[in-house]
Amino acid sequence: MTRRLIFDVSRPGRRARAQAPAAESAASADLPAELIRDRDAPLPAVSELDVVRHYTRLSQLNFSIDTNSYPLGSCTMKYNPRACHRLASLPGFLDVHPAAPDASVQGLLECLYELQDMLATVTGMEAITLAPMAGAQGEFAGVAMFKAYHHARGDHGRDEIIVPDAAHGTNPATAAMCGLKVREIATGKDGDIELEALDEALGPRTAGIMLTNPSTLGVFERHILEISRRVHAAGGLLYYDGANLNALLGRVLPGDMGFDAVHLNLHKTFSTPHGGGGPGAGAVGVASSLKPFLPVPFVEEAEGAYRWRTDSPDSIGRLAANGGNIGVLLRAWVYLRMLGREGLQRVADHAVLNANYLAVRVAEEGFDLAYPERRAGHEFVISLKALRDETGVTAADFAKAMLDEGFHAPTVYFPLLVPECLLIEPTETESPEALDALIEAMVRIRDAALSDPEAIRSAPHRMPIRRPDEVLAARKPDLAHAPALRPRASTSDEA
Amino acid sequence: MLNRIGLSRLRDLYDEVPDSLLRDEPPSIFPGLDEAGVTRIARERARRNTPLLCFAGGGAYEHHIPAAIWDIASRGEFYSNYTPYQAEAAQGSLQLTYEYQTMIAGLTGMDVANASLYDGATAFAEACLMAVRCNRKSDARRIAVARSLHPAWRAVARTLLNGQGIELVEAPLDDSGRADFNYVYENVGGGFAAIAVAAPNYLGGMPDLEAWRALADREGALLVVGINPVSLGLLRPPGEFGADIVCGEGQPLGIPMSGGGPYLGLLACKSRYIRQMPGRLAGRTVDTAGDTAYVLTLQAREQHIRRSRATSNICTNQGLMVVAATLYMALLGGEGMRRVASACHARAAQLVEALTAIGGVRRAFDAPFFHEDVLCLDRPVAPVLAALAEQGILGGIDISSDYPELGNALLVCATEMRTEADISRYARTLREIVALRQRAARNMEPDDSGQSA
Repeated sequence: MTRRLIFDVSRPGRRARAQAPAAESAASADLPAELIRDRDAPLPAVSELDVVRHYTRLSQLNFSIDTNSYPLGSCTMKYNPRACHRLASLPGFLDVHPAAPDASVQGLLECLYELQDMLATVTGMEAITLAPMAGAQGEFAGVAMFKAYHHARGDHGRDEIIVPDAAHGTNPATAAMCGLKVREIATGKDGDIELEALDEALGPRTAGIMLTNPSTLGVFERHILEISRRVHAAGGLLYYDGANLNALLGRVLPGDMGFDAVHLNLHKTFSTPHGGGGPGAGAVGVASSLKPFLPVPFVEEAEGAYRWRTDSPDSIGRLAANGGNIGVLLRAWVYLRMLGREGLQRVADHAVLNANYLAVRVAEEGFDLAYPERRAGHEFVISLKALRDETGVTAADFAKAMLDEGFHAPTVYFPLLVPECLLIEPTETESPEALDALIEAMVRIRDAALSDPEAIRSAPHRMPIRRPDEVLAARKPDLAHAPALRPRASTSDEA
Repeated sequence: MLNRIGLSRLRDLYDEVPDSLLRDEPPSIFPGLDEAGVTRIARERARRNTPLLCFAGGGAYEHHIPAAIWDIASRGEFYSNYTPYQAEAAQGSLQLTYEYQTMIAGLTGMDVANASLYDGATAFAEACLMAVRCNRKSDARRIAVARSLHPAWRAVARTLLNGQGIELVEAPLDDSGRADFNYVYENVGGGFAAIAVAAPNYLGGMPDLEAWRALADREGALLVVGINPVSLGLLRPPGEFGADIVCGEGQPLGIPMSGGGPYLGLLACKSRYIRQMPGRLAGRTVDTAGDTAYVLTLQAREQHIRRSRATSNICTNQGLMVVAATLYMALLGGEGMRRVASACHARAAQLVEALTAIGGVRRAFDAPFFHEDVLCLDRPVAPVLAALAEQGILGGIDISSDYPELGNALLVCATEMRTEADISRYARTLREIVALRQRAARNMEPDDSGQSA
């Protein structure tokens, strides 16, 4: 199938007339001639209808939560309530310049202050920064605060971060960005961390440990209190990667588990949209020992008035040009105000119930759970190794076939520990009927793999494209449409 | 469902959690609201944000946002889809991102652009990190940066570079508000991985990119240029001056000011540096049937593959903002962007002319500017801005503490949104405030008889 680029739609001289000032301004005469373009920027010349039609059609080539289930482990693809979008888009919020005086944005600041407060309460932490613009930036903030904490105590030898081998890739990448060395420790056969491996790694060089709980294997780390005790006894700190908080919301507080810093992916547990890959938000909560090092700015309240606090002597500094992804934060505020106290546990209970229901049912259908003896959290891992050995159909093939069935593929080949794995997270917003439909689809694919493996190995068949050649893409990178970059005549003659 | 899996209570779902950790009672936040209830509160809060007539820029700008942009960007297929790792289920987002990369490359005059970073400040920090990795001629771990580059960008870069022991050395302002890199080379010595400037810079002025390219060549440094994409509707792009890496704040491309975010970090470079670029990249390839297909590519640079050896820990991009920016650039086109940029410049020129006609207000620099300029006042800026805000005007940004060398300095901006009437209103109000305060100041002085007037 051939699809046109917006550049192919372009016709010299055409334009969306209403979108630019009607009158030409000729006042660039005072700018030095050598600074002025000699021809207009090479952008498409199209009408408003051309644009609306082209991008509406492109949108229809996407899967999305609004159209499909996403049993995508570790990503928490749950429904994003429309009210969050609508209310965060009120002009009173959108039209605020970041330099507007605090007195003129009290409504906005009150929302952000409440969000800080609510997130501190649900994590059991002392203080919250809303500045990090994604989970990875939250991780950076947390680990940078660990470093600052040790340095402030004159403890300069702590240059290692311990990371379990099942961790998200951002964890080791963050430690490296902070200039720390990564010590990877093994996960035991039962899915928990091996305490002996932890003891071996702990020492005077330990700055801290980064953990996800439930882990990326979907199981609760049963030794968490013991891990916390040992890490603290060794002088280290504990970082909670909140990617999987959905499994525990309102039931278990990271602060109670002994974590010193926590990041929250607001685009996961707090239901702000993924937007095709962002913007996210990665609020970070800290225990009182780390509070002096929080990044700036944050919102303070005094005598009923709210203000941005930008000065904080021991802060690790600034992470964003302004106060973070405020529009995303407002969506999380709306979500939490609607969810409320009584809704917190409902999120975790239903997320974990859905995952356990799915896990039991797929096991009954003959799929291999990676940790059959363990209780699933909000997600679980299955291994398709047996199917691959019998039919040649891999986890990737299986995932592609799920697209044909109308389901987004689960996370594949992550965590790296389990061969041919699928990491499945249904989320709490999927109905029992949707879960049953997912199971039926998986069974259909498995049966097809047994009877006609080639059909699955060449899936998908019903999507806008067949499998793309990723090797070619990487070997000969084509990252921009070359003809659109070639200089061309000015388009100032109107058609 | 519980029965189906052999449990009797929801609490049994947590049977592997130590009892001491498990809470029966949820933590105490507000009781839940229905949609009508939260709407009531949100509207009341939004109303309490006072609308101000905006003459502030400094990295966030009020431009017209065409109606089609957020109508399309708010479609569920863009709003609620995931990162396009499963290319077959995300051809819309992938093709759009490829078009976005092409448009940013075209606008900046560079070979390639990535699928975006968080905001202008983090894009600048990543550009610095990238420059250190890319510069094969030097293993220097410091960057010479113009003080005229956004103070918050420099602050964020310091935060993010600090961990890797990379240092920012600031080049002071010269009399025309430009960066004095010669001073740095004469006084601090050489050994920089890159020279970093912004064009236009935070103070509204235009650096001499030709001179800095020559200096960079002489010293074996890369040239990093920060941009405002709207200005490139009118101005020659940094690619034509030989920039190695271009970064910028994409907010002016159809993204609301939103109190400071979410915005859009732009990053573009010469093709030889692609493999050191952080963040996602969309590429064009073919599928097994030989038809055109789009994918995320060169993922071996990224954290989910390379873990601790990745180019950055960044995982997300600002996908939804990419949709908005792409629609903006498509709707405006080259001509529309020229019109917007020219109108911004014309309005800003009118604004500066009107304000400097007031006694005690003068320009800080006698140099060309794009759509912002620094004004020096004969008194502290903060009380003047507060008095303007009382009259419903956001009069600019007080940069006196960020740039103490400029004295009482006010950064003002006008975009195509400001009318002549808006500018007159600002000038009239400022004149009244200045006069009032001059009278008040006179009244405070003792007269000859020793009695207060």
